[in-house]
Amino acid sequence: MSENNPAAGADEAPAAAESRPAAIRAVPVRRPGRWISAAVLLVFAAMFVNMLLFNKNFGWDLVRKWLFWHTIVHGVWITLQLTFFAMVIGIVGGVLLAVMRLSTNPVSGSAAWAYTWFFRGTPVLVQLLFWNNIAALVGSDIGFGIPFGPQFFHLDTNSTITRFSAAVLALGLNEAAYMSEIVRAGILSVDEGQTEAAASLGMRRAKITRRIVLPQAMRVIIPPTGNETISMLKTSSLASVIGVVELTDASESAIHLYFKAIPFYVVASLWYLFFTTILSIGQFYIERYYARGSSRNLPPTPFQKLMRTNLSFRRRPAFTAAREVPR
Amino acid sequence: MTADYIPSGNRNQVAVEIEDVYKSFGRLEVLQGVSMTVREAEVACLIGPSGSGKSTLLRCVNHLEKIDAGRISVHGKLVGYHERGGRLHEMHDRDVARQRRTIGMVFQRFNLFPHKTALENVIEAPTQVLGMSREAAIAEAREHLEMVGLSDKAGSYPTQLSGGQQQRVAIARALAMRPALMLFDEPTSALDPELVGDVLAVMRQLAEAGMTMIVVTHEMGFARDVGDTVAFMDGGVIVEYGDARRVLAEPEHPRTQAFLAKVR
Ligand SMILES: Nc1ncnc2c1ncn2[C@@H]1O[C@H](COP(=O)(O)OP(=O)(O)O)[C@@H](O)[C@H]1O
Ligand SMILES: [Mg+2]
Repeated sequence: MSENNPAAGADEAPAAAESRPAAIRAVPVRRPGRWISAAVLLVFAAMFVNMLLFNKNFGWDLVRKWLFWHTIVHGVWITLQLTFFAMVIGIVGGVLLAVMRLSTNPVSGSAAWAYTWFFRGTPVLVQLLFWNNIAALVGSDIGFGIPFGPQFFHLDTNSTITRFSAAVLALGLNEAAYMSEIVRAGILSVDEGQTEAAASLGMRRAKITRRIVLPQAMRVIIPPTGNETISMLKTSSLASVIGVVELTDASESAIHLYFKAIPFYVVASLWYLFFTTILSIGQFYIERYYARGSSRNLPPTPFQKLMRTNLSFRRRPAFTAAREVPR
Repeated sequence: MTADYIPSGNRNQVAVEIEDVYKSFGRLEVLQGVSMTVREAEVACLIGPSGSGKSTLLRCVNHLEKIDAGRISVHGKLVGYHERGGRLHEMHDRDVARQRRTIGMVFQRFNLFPHKTALENVIEAPTQVLGMSREAAIAEAREHLEMVGLSDKAGSYPTQLSGGQQQRVAIARALAMRPALMLFDEPTSALDPELVGDVLAVMRQLAEAGMTMIVVTHEMGFARDVGDTVAFMDGGVIVEYGDARRVLAEPEHPRTQAFLAKVR
């Protein structure tokens, strides 16, 4: 991008100015298509805003009233927890599966492959229902001990696997299958020379993976992981099916109380939109952090963009702020 | 220091012994019976056409590649295997790593860790492998960076350095493990011509300090001036081997003569 290094152009300009031919002032190509499409879009946008503002069925006064209702806020809290724990399981599991998949050990390799095959091959909704009914599968108590031998302690299945933990397990274990593919692509994107250089310094496999390969793989892993997190925030609404009172379920219950559907769907949508926005912003900064060392100029933060526009308004050479903050 | 091996500096002592080594990739026989001896403080240069197996031989010395037959020992210890009761036992990953500590390697494409600054590249192995404290490692790393002429670049990331500077950081990184043997795989081949000199100067300095080195190179000037011996490889075997100046000035084998005529 040319705007990445405005200082260079600014430095040369004055010296060359005297002998330079006049700058080109050409008539731009006419693009009537752009004007037409802009006009059409503008009409649609106006219609949409008109509907939002004046269609009584949206019930904006109700939206304002119920946005922070305690049941809704509690639902938001549960949604965030579901998303967080499921993603933790997904990411940790995904890294483990990816490392297993790429290891030289054929047993762990096929185990990881089989896992991914199963969890990607069945709908997450079915997996949710399955985990919710886990007691029917393993019996009403879970014993820990030697396989096929004596057991040391027992847990009651139905109190251990609550609806919430069933949802976290189902969403997380399903996510791990997808994350493993993302992490695997990231690991494969790191040049083999990196592993060799580290090995030649006497580092061992696990340490090479942790300190050399994974940090570099992050650059490839982060963007799709951000997408997965945003997607998980919304997929977690499926947990309402097994009776977890998260945001969607909380809105549903409000609808049954007040017999007004649209305002509560608007409330839920506003909350989902709010958090996806927050996550997108977080993703931008994490990507920036892991891009350090990979390119000379990091993309500017919105604040830096603002600073730069200001400076150029004042007709001073803009500085390359990006270069000074790679840490 | 934690160095596992203290070089004697005695030029009569054998540092690397390569005996009748064979190596193939699938059906491709890359090394077909290579033997070579490198003594302490000696600079052995490997020359030869592309694809003749130079890199492969070098990579066998620190067990980045496994050999199919023959044996390689460094400082009297077999590389990659234990010998017990007349049988070879594959070395555990841990012991291979330990063996590599004393063997530094410099790659054609530098292979610096791009997510770490020059200084962080240099202290990575001392802190992570030798368990040195960060402060001690940094103090020593600064000396090594100074030795390669880059004390002012400690905080730079590899992408902010020229190729020549990156390669010198890579040399400092290898030296930080206090190796007793250094392997160089065409260290200047990826560099712009004007940057080659700085890297060769550092290597010459190392040689003068008594480092044992095996250098794969196309820099015939360096081989003649700094090298003690030259081995000319072609088709997976060492075709000619001897005193550096003698091989380069009066090659005996016709294939060596043809190769040298081409590179000059
Ligand atoms: N990992 C590998 N797998 C398959 N073939 C390889 C591998 N490494 C090297 N080779 C082949 O072995 C031959 C010798 O390679 P190399 O040792 O790199 O030669 P040189 O360094 O002398 O140019 C080449 O034909 C190369 O393609
Ligand atoms: Mg090579």
